[in-house]
Amino acid sequence: MNLLTATTLVVPSIDYLALLPVLTFFGASLVLLLMSALMNKKVSINWATGITVATGVATLVYAFFQWSSIAQHGSTTTVAHAIVLDGFSVVGNVVIAVSLILSTLVAHDWAKRERVAGADFHILALASSAGALLMVQANDLIVIFLGLEILSIGLYVLVGFDRHRATSAEAALKYFLLGGFASAIFIYGAALIYGATGSTNLSSISYFLGANVVLRPGLLYAGGALLLIGFAFKVAAVPFHAWSPDVYEGAPTPVTGVMASVVKVGAFAALLRVLISALGTQLDTWRPILFVLIILTCVVGASVALVQRNVKRLLAYSSINQAGFMLLGVWSGSARGVASTLFYVTTYAPVVVATFAVVTLIGGTGDELHSIDHYRGLARRQPWLGGALAVLLFSQLGAPLTVGFYAKYSVLAATIDSGGGALALVAILSAAIAAFFYLRWILALYGDDDVEGTRVRVPLFTGKVVAVGVVVAILFGVWPGPLATWCQHATMLFLP
Amino acid sequence: MHSSIYLLLLIVVPLAGALGALLVRRTDGRAYALGVATAVVEMVLAVVVALLYNPHVKNAHTLDFATRHVVSAPFGLAYDVAVDGISLLMVVLTALVLLLALLGSRDKRRESAFVGWLLALTSFTMAAFLSHDVLEFFIFFELTLVPSYFIIAGWGGAQRARAALKFFIYTFSGSAFLFIGILYLGFAHQHQTTGVLTFSYSALQSTTMTHGTAVWLFIAFAIAFAVKSPIWPFHTWSPITYAEAPTGGSIELSALLAKLGSYGLLRFAVGLFPLALATARPVVLTLAVIGILYGSLIACATPDLKRLVAYSSVAQLGFITLGVMTGSKIAMVGAVLLMFNHGVITIGFFLIIGFIEQRRGSYQIRDLTGLQGPAPVMAALFTIVMMASIGLPGLSGFVSEYLILIGTFATHAWWGAVATTGVLAAAVYLLWAYQRVFHGRAESANASITDLNAKERWVLVPVVVLILALGVFPKPVLDRISPSVQVLIHHVAPAGVNK
Repeated sequence: MNLLTATTLVVPSIDYLALLPVLTFFGASLVLLLMSALMNKKVSINWATGITVATGVATLVYAFFQWSSIAQHGSTTTVAHAIVLDGFSVVGNVVIAVSLILSTLVAHDWAKRERVAGADFHILALASSAGALLMVQANDLIVIFLGLEILSIGLYVLVGFDRHRATSAEAALKYFLLGGFASAIFIYGAALIYGATGSTNLSSISYFLGANVVLRPGLLYAGGALLLIGFAFKVAAVPFHAWSPDVYEGAPTPVTGVMASVVKVGAFAALLRVLISALGTQLDTWRPILFVLIILTCVVGASVALVQRNVKRLLAYSSINQAGFMLLGVWSGSARGVASTLFYVTTYAPVVVATFAVVTLIGGTGDELHSIDHYRGLARRQPWLGGALAVLLFSQLGAPLTVGFYAKYSVLAATIDSGGGALALVAILSAAIAAFFYLRWILALYGDDDVEGTRVRVPLFTGKVVAVGVVVAILFGVWPGPLATWCQHATMLFLP
Repeated sequence: MHSSIYLLLLIVVPLAGALGALLVRRTDGRAYALGVATAVVEMVLAVVVALLYNPHVKNAHTLDFATRHVVSAPFGLAYDVAVDGISLLMVVLTALVLLLALLGSRDKRRESAFVGWLLALTSFTMAAFLSHDVLEFFIFFELTLVPSYFIIAGWGGAQRARAALKFFIYTFSGSAFLFIGILYLGFAHQHQTTGVLTFSYSALQSTTMTHGTAVWLFIAFAIAFAVKSPIWPFHTWSPITYAEAPTGGSIELSALLAKLGSYGLLRFAVGLFPLALATARPVVLTLAVIGILYGSLIACATPDLKRLVAYSSVAQLGFITLGVMTGSKIAMVGAVLLMFNHGVITIGFFLIIGFIEQRRGSYQIRDLTGLQGPAPVMAALFTIVMMASIGLPGLSGFVSEYLILIGTFATHAWWGAVATTGVLAAAVYLLWAYQRVFHGRAESANASITDLNAKERWVLVPVVVLILALGVFPKPVLDRISPSVQVLIHHVAPAGVNK
């Protein structure tokens, strides 16, 4: 009798509003998958892109309802407290949806140019993004792991998507092997944390650590460190960055855009939740580790980029450097820090996708022309395209009147506010080093030694994506207030 | 108190001109005409502001045309502009530099872009001088890098790419320290007060801090301004940059943007951290004096006319730094005046050197001899500018250097004594260069050069007039500077020398 009651399954209550984005993404992915399987010929790419964009737009619409629901009822958890619906997750969802829409549009033009038929890219990108959405909303280490794996497995395939280039397959293998290791390390860390605190739920971990003093914290520390390594791999923080330049270079360029935006959002959201909500009490323990990570990430990212001639490798190191800045907000461990990292990620994603859109264009058929020399005189031949790329690069550099300035401003402010003046100084000096390679690129754009080179045709969608990136960079660079306030509000609705 | 609309116009007019220059067709001279028209409007506005400015002290400050609007509260970002006696001259200089740079150095390659960048640069520089908010100042201070970078990289000499990069990276790195310092100061102030994040200059002035904090913040601020000025040993970017930039760019950089450094040092580093002065003063004064000697010595040895002026600027900026840091009121007034005078003199130098280069295709002193014969007017105008730079009584340079030196002697006699040798050295390298370039017998290419044409002469007229006028009758200008310097000294005085 007793046995019987014990095995009765209690179905947890499910708030479908919270799960709607993830479900829609999976649903869309499945629909496309079934269409490909059941139809005689390949799914038209127009349909695939249409469905993917519609999915993204739907998520933006949900976000509106989610936000008003949170504003009325506050943050909630669902599915046995494993999934959160809070302001932070809504912003994360919006950024992922926007990044996916933009990347898909770029990939659409790319696929037409490369004569890649079918909906394979869209299916995988939707599934990966669903994983990222799950990470953003996860309140449980297991769910984070689930999201991480869903995100990664799709990406492993996407990276090796370009069958014409051997580097693509090589990059996929490299990413898969190292990614597999990182996932293993992450889940091991989760297991150790479970051993130390008795739960994998972030709220429970936080509650346990707040109510108890861990006398033998070895297990907890080891677990936390392993989790951190897992995340460091995903955000490509030095010294766990070695995969990123090769993978960025090898992957088809639109996929690189997805990696630099969607993956970063998912990974940083989960990292913030684990470190701030679950391990917030252990601030003094993980801070020194992050301190070292940030200094290495900023400095190595900026200085190694100096010698790169391949713009995709260059952007890989650049995004390593940017990840260092995003980590600053995490380091500060304050509400201001969380808001600043959120703001950074939110503004970085569209800008970087637009940058990769330009790189996709210049890459030409075959996706091979990625030397900085191919950009020589671009702004002379095509002032709008070249000027747009210059604005996007200036934004990543952090020049005033672009949104990159306020992104850097807010993370540095949070760091200084938490007493990290020296750390902030190292980071901003690394930005000065980074300025060197951004400027060298811009210099090439405005060089007048190759004005007669071939003009690149800008397809409609890619042009729109680039325009969106530029508008984000300049609009929020002149008028950052509303977006920053939104990120702050979102953080106030952070759970717990 | 006058309406702040004037200051808004000062910022917006060149920006609108820049957009207009980019929109008009690029081949014909329309962009140039538009640029000149904008520059004239800007000049008129600046003169009107200078004449309207009321230097009387109100509520312990001498600000006029002031307004403040918070733009974005989470960032503590505000539009906060005002003019006082210290920034007033810089406003006039900014407008003057634009006008003369446009008139004196027309570059017909991709003209609309050149004019556009020049106008944008003017707008940002103007905004930086008008800012009464530390963060706002920083933003515009940083923004000036972008147009300067494009001007050097797009229209400079053979090594322009290297010069542009070097310029950007040096200044950007210097600003990094400033940025951290500003944020630190803002938060220190926020925690002390009601919790509203503000970077208002007046508010931050009342921040209480320990001596150690003040010294660190002063260093952070001073590094940025030392790079910009440039103060020895942070000057290494400047000679190549000034030499490689096109004439218009050299004028903007050396006559104007360098002043952002010394202005920032006076207004922000000195004005915000009086506690640090006792410690920092000997160090900065020593660096300034070394800069004077170093700049003068290298100027003696350099074979290139443009670099000679660049190094002489290092020396002159040393004098300005000396005046800014001594803490004596006379020297500070002299420093503010020298910022303006050095600007005017440098415009004159670079314009004439640009004219020589147009005719001879070279800046090398050894390529030039006996220009006095074929080009007497050019030689005469060069002499006036040169004499002003040397500090001949009756010309503008004398007044400002004299004020700085007597102020320095009163408070820091030894530094003053060493610095005075810089005045002698200036006479040596300038007269020697003049001798080599203008004296002797002109042969072949040198003999056949044409003298300045009417337009070139007219461009130099304002320079000569200002040199003479401020040399003979500087009182109206000094009357506008003094009260504001007095207010600053009053704020700084408890911690510093007061003579």
